[in-house]
Amino acid sequence: MDPEQFCSGFRYKRDRTSIMKTGKSEVVAKAAQKLSWFLVLPLVLILAFFLILPLVTIGIVSFWDYNEWNFFPAFIFDNYHYVFTSHVTLATYLKTLKFTVLTWFFCVTIGFTVAYFLAFHVRSLKWQIALFLLCTIPFWTSNIIRMISWIPFLGRNGIANSILLEMGIIEAPLEWLLFSDFAVVLAFVHLYALFMVVPIFNTMMRIDKSLIEAAHDAGASGFQILTNIIIPLTKPGIMIGSIFVITLVMGDFITVRFMSGGQSASVGRIISNEIALLQYPAAAANAVVLLSVVIFMVAIMLRFVDIRKEL
Amino acid sequence: MSMARSKHLELIKTTKLYGDVKAVDAIDLTIDEGKYVCILGPSGCGKSSLLRMVAGHEVTSSGDIILANKNITDFPPTKRGTAMMFQNYALFPHLTVQDNIAFPLKMSGMEKAARYKQVDILLERVQLKSLHDRKPDQLSGGQQQRVALARAMITNPQILLLDEPLSALDPFLRTKIRAELKQLQRDLGISFLHVTHSQDEALALSDLVVVMNEGRIEQAATAKDVFNAPANEFVARFIGGHNIIETDNGKAAIRVDRVHLGRKSYASLPVSIQEIEFLGARVCIKVIDENGREFSVDMTDEMFFAHSFEIGASSFLSWEKEDVHQLAA
Repeated sequence: MDPEQFCSGFRYKRDRTSIMKTGKSEVVAKAAQKLSWFLVLPLVLILAFFLILPLVTIGIVSFWDYNEWNFFPAFIFDNYHYVFTSHVTLATYLKTLKFTVLTWFFCVTIGFTVAYFLAFHVRSLKWQIALFLLCTIPFWTSNIIRMISWIPFLGRNGIANSILLEMGIIEAPLEWLLFSDFAVVLAFVHLYALFMVVPIFNTMMRIDKSLIEAAHDAGASGFQILTNIIIPLTKPGIMIGSIFVITLVMGDFITVRFMSGGQSASVGRIISNEIALLQYPAAAANAVVLLSVVIFMVAIMLRFVDIRKEL
Repeated sequence: MSMARSKHLELIKTTKLYGDVKAVDAIDLTIDEGKYVCILGPSGCGKSSLLRMVAGHEVTSSGDIILANKNITDFPPTKRGTAMMFQNYALFPHLTVQDNIAFPLKMSGMEKAARYKQVDILLERVQLKSLHDRKPDQLSGGQQQRVALARAMITNPQILLLDEPLSALDPFLRTKIRAELKQLQRDLGISFLHVTHSQDEALALSDLVVVMNEGRIEQAATAKDVFNAPANEFVARFIGGHNIIETDNGKAAIRVDRVHLGRKSYASLPVSIQEIEFLGARVCIKVIDENGREFSVDMTDEMFFAHSFEIGASSFLSWEKEDVHQLAA
């Protein structure tokens, strides 16, 4: 699921209620209502064409039938039946969840630390902006390039192994550096850590500095300020970043393929393979299941933290 | 009570430097126990820096701060016996009223039951018992202020430091809370050190008014003395309610309610009326003399309606000799 669309959907809901509240007399209310419908129209059209329509199409196709060279309208549950009975499904979901949890963990750790440093240790706004832009520089190149650039570094005769051999730390090249789960998680963290830094930094910048001082005045140590004030107040930012990272990793297919050297599966790869084999209905059914799982995960996360104030 | 005890807070050549700029310039000040002290001055005069140095939130560049016979200059905030109430209250938005007030106790490692027991006593005192499980954003400005006050009080500080505590409130509430603050200070019997830029606030609350300008104390005296006998032109102008005139001995101040319009006496000056402001019980009239100097005249509404003062009319401004207060150069 695209995080941007997710966020704008939230905004749309809030705007509508605030406009509805303003009208006093009935005539004014009606006019305001008309105007509000008119104002949300562009967004409704965009969401309808680029979100609702594709989803509905995928939903419909997931019930279609297919053979080796074609797929055609039908209303069968075979695709879902296969997804839920295949032993591959559970194993793949577990593997994907493992990548997600590991990536999330490292992204939160790195994201929180970097954001904390930028927000609370860098004092001047000029330096904050400069260092923040520095963080974004890797994002000026495409995901694939950034991923591939790990290969010469991590390979059997790559830079990492050469240096370790030279220094005498290892005697034989490390095999697990590339084309392994380690490489997959490393690439994910590299790709998505910034998605965690940005929202956390954003939330931290909004924490009133006098709160830190008040906590200090109340006798809180640096660690107590972190656990009692900063982390609770940064929760919405952590949650937004987590939604980004989890949705991106759950839906990924290319990173897993490249960095595992084709040895690891992910839900996204199953779907991409099925598309490659023209098994569109099977891919659609898998996509619907994946979407439901991700929405379910995000829904659980939103139960714990109210992120609306941040949007 | 011994002499040493009544001298509660003592600042000795306390200085704050920001680079080469002297924000607070070698201030000497003694505050007796149980006094309400206001530090009054325009923005940038160093009053907040001074307060923050006493609180321990700002490193003292040089000089000493003595509280209850202890040199606390380099102590961390909690070890000082001070507590600070912040300008915007700095309540923790994610904690309830109860947990906000209990925060200092929690930090010191007190058990939950024990700290809530103490909080209850304070909640009773600030009349917020029924709101104990609300979050700060569900409270009015006045209620937030009382929570902030309770949080500052829970550590039993020897002196309470207040940084513009009333500036975030609307004027009506400001007067009400002002009275509550004074009442609380009397009840607790500890010193309050209150930073403000409002003359009214300082005059209404203080046992001692400290007028600051450019990092120095211009005058430290009772409210009555600051108003009736301002030490110099800055104090007279800043505290307001004075006309400054030139005399043979230099500048002098005359209270605006001690100059008279349309009556000749000791000194009279031909003036024309520029502006009339009706303030209810009082009327404020701005006049200008032949040399373009402006004066303000404050009179009762009775006096105003007894005459027929009109904008543009000519009149006489006069005052008595004993009302002229000579200012230091």
